[in-house]
Amino acid sequence: MTAKKIIIEPVTRVEGHGKVTIHLDDKGQVTDAKLHIVEFRGFERFIQGRPFWEVPVTIQRLCGICPVSHHLAAAKAMDLIVGVDKLTPTAEKMRRLMHYGQMFQSHALHFFHLCSPDLLFGFDADVGIRNVVGVAAKYPELAVQGVMMRRYGQEIIKATAGKKIHGTGAIPGGINKNLSIAERDALLKEIDQQMAWSKAALKIAKDYTVDHLELAKAFASFESSHLTLIREDGAMDLYHGNLRAIDKDGNRIFDQVNYQQYADYIAEEVRDYSYMEFPFIRSIGPENGWYRVGPLARVNACDFIDTPLAEAARKEFMAVTGGKPNHLSLGYHWARMIELLHSAEKIQMLLNDPDLQGEDLVLKGERRGEAVGLIEAPRGTLFHHYKVNENDQVTMCNLIVSTTSNNEPMNRAVSSVAKKYLSGVEITEGLLNHVEVAIRAYDPCLSCATHALGRMPLEVSVLDCAGNVLSRKATN
Amino acid sequence: MSDEIKFSIDGVEIKAIPGQTILQAADAAGVYIPRLCAHRQLSPHGSCRVCTVKVNGRPQAACTQPAAPGIIVENNTDEMKAVRTSIVDMLFVEGNHFCMFCEKSGNCELQAMAYRLGIAAPQHEYLFPSRPLDASHPEVFIDRNRCILCGRCVRAAKELDNKNVFQFVGRGIHKHIAVNAEHGLSETDLAGVDRAVSACPVGAILRKRVGYSIPVGERLYDKQPIGSDIEADRSSAGK
Repeated sequence: MTAKKIIIEPVTRVEGHGKVTIHLDDKGQVTDAKLHIVEFRGFERFIQGRPFWEVPVTIQRLCGICPVSHHLAAAKAMDLIVGVDKLTPTAEKMRRLMHYGQMFQSHALHFFHLCSPDLLFGFDADVGIRNVVGVAAKYPELAVQGVMMRRYGQEIIKATAGKKIHGTGAIPGGINKNLSIAERDALLKEIDQQMAWSKAALKIAKDYTVDHLELAKAFASFESSHLTLIREDGAMDLYHGNLRAIDKDGNRIFDQVNYQQYADYIAEEVRDYSYMEFPFIRSIGPENGWYRVGPLARVNACDFIDTPLAEAARKEFMAVTGGKPNHLSLGYHWARMIELLHSAEKIQMLLNDPDLQGEDLVLKGERRGEAVGLIEAPRGTLFHHYKVNENDQVTMCNLIVSTTSNNEPMNRAVSSVAKKYLSGVEITEGLLNHVEVAIRAYDPCLSCATHALGRMPLEVSVLDCAGNVLSRKATN
Repeated sequence: MSDEIKFSIDGVEIKAIPGQTILQAADAAGVYIPRLCAHRQLSPHGSCRVCTVKVNGRPQAACTQPAAPGIIVENNTDEMKAVRTSIVDMLFVEGNHFCMFCEKSGNCELQAMAYRLGIAAPQHEYLFPSRPLDASHPEVFIDRNRCILCGRCVRAAKELDNKNVFQFVGRGIHKHIAVNAEHGLSETDLAGVDRAVSACPVGAILRKRVGYSIPVGERLYDKQPIGSDIEADRSSAGK
C-alpha cells in the first residue's frame, strides 16, 4: 500500500464551501487531517473608502445565513462612531428582538436540517437517507417544525429589519422602525407553539447526548478554553456584554474585559493552508491560546441564564460534567438547543414589552474615529473593528468571525476523528462522514470566515502524495 | 381655446398649450412617459433618452420635442419599451449600481425604472469602471459609481440654487461630473439643503449620515411604481 491523500470536497451540510484533506501513510494510518477554507471574502478591503453608515447594510452581505449578526455588530461599532454609548430602550430592544429572531432561525436551521440526519439515522447510515429529504420522509413532523421555526425567526427579522434577509433596520445610533401593534400581534399568536417546539427540540438534543454519552466522550472531545460575551452580572447575553475567557477547568483567563480593548487580549495567526486565520489568547500564545466559541462556550462560561426554562436546561447540561466545562464537540448540539429555547423565551418577553412601540428611535453624539462592535452570533463571538476618517469614510476594517475562532477546534476535531475512525481500515463514505459530523457540530459558516483581500498572499501549491511540491504559484 | 394644440399619444387625444414639450403635455394629461434626466422644475436636457417616443414614425426625446398639432406619438408600445429597456440596461452596466445595499434603494429612480420595465438583470456585460468618491464635503458626498450623467445636479444648482457647483467634463465613456473647485466638493458653496442634492435621481449625490433612515416598506417606490403619481392624476380626472 502506498501513501495517499483523501479529499472531502465539498464538506456538506455546512454553510459555505470548504474541504478536508486527510493524509495516510503507506500502512494506511492517518498522519494528518486538515480543514481548508477555500472561499475568499475580501469585505474588509472593499469597504475601505465607503461611508460608515453604509457599513451595517453592506457588510452583512458576506453571509446569507446570519447576516443579522454582521448587521448588528457593525451597527454597534457605528453607534460608537456617531458618539452614542447607549441606545434608546426602543432601539436596543428592537435590535435584541432582531437578534433573538436570528438566533432562533439559525439554530433551528442547523439542528433540523443540517445535523439531524446524522443524529436520527446514525453517522454511517446509508447516504441515500442520511439527508434532509430522508428526515422529511421518516420524520415529517420534525422536518416541518424545522421549516416553521426558521420561518418564524425570519418573520421576526422582517418585522425588525424590514426584510427577512439583508435588512436595513439598525442604523448608527439606533433603529429605523419600531414594532407595530399588527406586527407584534402576528408574532405573539405563534409564540406558544414555537416555545413548545423549542422545548421538544431541546429534549431531542439532550436525550441524544445523554443516550450516546460514551460516543460523545470519545468523538472529537478535547479540552479547550472558551470565550464569550458575558453580562456584567455573569448572565448569558447574546447581544451585549464584556469579554470572558475560561480555561479548560473553568478558571477565568480574563473577565469583564471591555471589548474595545479586544486586541490587547486576542491576536490572529496566519497559516499557509487556509484563508481562515487562527485567533488565540495573547497571554497564552499561539500554540495553546486557541479557544472555542459558540453555544458550547457560552453555556460553559456563563454563570447563569436569565430565562427560567433555559436556565433549568443549563443546569442539567452542566450536571453532566459536574459543573466543569463540557468539552464534547457533540455537546454543541445540546447547548445550541438550550440557546434556541432561551431565544424563544426572550422573544416572548420582548413581544410583551411596550417599549417596542416607542417612538424614540435614534440618538446622536460626538463623532469618534475608531470603534469595535461585538455580538454573540449563532456560531460564536463576532468581532467588528473599524476606523473612520474625518470625511466619514472607513479606512480600516478587521473582522474576527465566529467560525474563525473555531478554526483550531475544528481542525483538532477533524484530526482526532480521522485518526480514530479512518486509520488502518477500509475507508467508506460513512466513515468519512464522521469527519463531517465533527465539523458540523460547530455549525461553521465558511463563507464568513475567510480573511481580507490584500492582507494575505494567495498561494496555490500542487503536491504529490509524498508531500513534495510539484509546482507553486503565488501572488502578493 | 384657439391656441390649444391637439395631438395623440398611443391613440389617445392629448391637449397641450404652445411651448409645452410632448412630455409636459403628457404629464398634464396623466399619461406617463418614462424619464430619468427630465425633472419638472428643471429645463429640458434630452440626455438620458429614456423618454424616447416615436413622433410620426421618428424616434424623438419627448422631454425636448415640442408638442405640435396633429402629431402621432407612440409611447407605451413594445418597440418603445424595448428601446427604453435597452437604455436603462446600459445605464446599469456602465456604472457600478449595487441596489442591494445602496442607501438610495427604494427611493432611486433608476432602480424604480428597472422594476417598471421588468429588468431583472442586465443583458449587457458589466463594465465595472473605477470611479472615485468625493466625501470631502461635511454634509454631502458624491459617489460617481452611481452617476448616470443626467445632469440634474448641474441644472438644479444653476437654475434653482443659483450656484455654479457641478459641470460635465470629459467625452464619451470618460464623461463625468466634476465640481467647480480644485480639491473637491468641500471647496464649493454647495449646502446640504440645496436642490442640486435632492434632484439627483440615483445614489450619486447624497446627504451624509441619513442613509437607511426610512425602513424598507416605507420608501417611495416600495409603495407605488415610478410614474404612478402621474397616472393617478389621469385616473382621478376620469380620463
